[in-house]
Amino acid sequence: MSGINALIVDDSSTMRKIVERSLRGAGVPLSAVFEAGNGAEALSLLETNRVDLILCDVNMPVMDGLEFVRRLGGTENGKGVPVVMITTEGSESVVVQALSSGARGYIRKPFAPEDVKKSVVSLLAGKI
Amino acid sequence: MRAAGELLSTRKGHDTWIPLLELAIREVFELMLGSQLDLPGDESRELPGISAMVGLAGQICGVMSIRCDTKTACRMASKMLGAEPEPKSAELQDAFGEICNMVAGNFKNKITGMSEKCLLSVPTVVTGSDYTLRSLADSDTIEVTMLFERLPFNVSLEIHS
Repeated sequence: MSGINALIVDDSSTMRKIVERSLRGAGVPLSAVFEAGNGAEALSLLETNRVDLILCDVNMPVMDGLEFVRRLGGTENGKGVPVVMITTEGSESVVVQALSSGARGYIRKPFAPEDVKKSVVSLLAGKI
Repeated sequence: MRAAGELLSTRKGHDTWIPLLELAIREVFELMLGSQLDLPGDESRELPGISAMVGLAGQICGVMSIRCDTKTACRMASKMLGAEPEPKSAELQDAFGEICNMVAGNFKNKITGMSEKCLLSVPTVVTGSDYTLRSLADSDTIEVTMLFERLPFNVSLEIHS
């Protein structure tokens, strides 16, 4: 079983911890977990690091999650990496925007650990 | 013991939102903190040591806030962080603000049509109790008090429009 490099993008350090714990609880074998407080930090981090999975908030200062996902496809290390949005924002239009921008999944806060498992395991098929 | 929590409303128009607010709070605590909440009895109210606020703008304008004493907030944060933060730490403020954010988001998603037409601000956290919050707009307030591990906390939604 190979390890997964995950990037968690959220302006709340508490949420980044909870998401990491949820990934581990879902049985995702994590090799490394990178953290970023907004989309711009995440893009900067991806200039020098490769990841297998990105979990990203929508509402963040500096660069929000939708803009991050839109720009991600144009980066060398971000192209093709599955992104799951995790957010309190439940409006259908934001979900549609996120998915049409390239996100592969959407989890609404508050969430149960099973929600994370359901969303990420299928995206990592073949890697775990 | 009160039948449906300590529920207060100053105007009838938003009474129907009180059960939704209570449900939104319960879901956040159950799913994200692993805690069941109780309804208050005759517990004495402490002065709030910490308050978190999230603004709502759009079809509804207002402020969602959560208040409790610092000890209670530290206990809440420990459920999210896995360890109890220091009372004046950034970790406590971040966790407490995130609870408010999730309650506000969960609440608005329960009201038909509001999730599309209402945006949330990032949370603001105030420590201490010696402050006064005054809205310039004509406002209505709904309020819910609940017990987390027998410790009371208060959630209110001040509605401006």
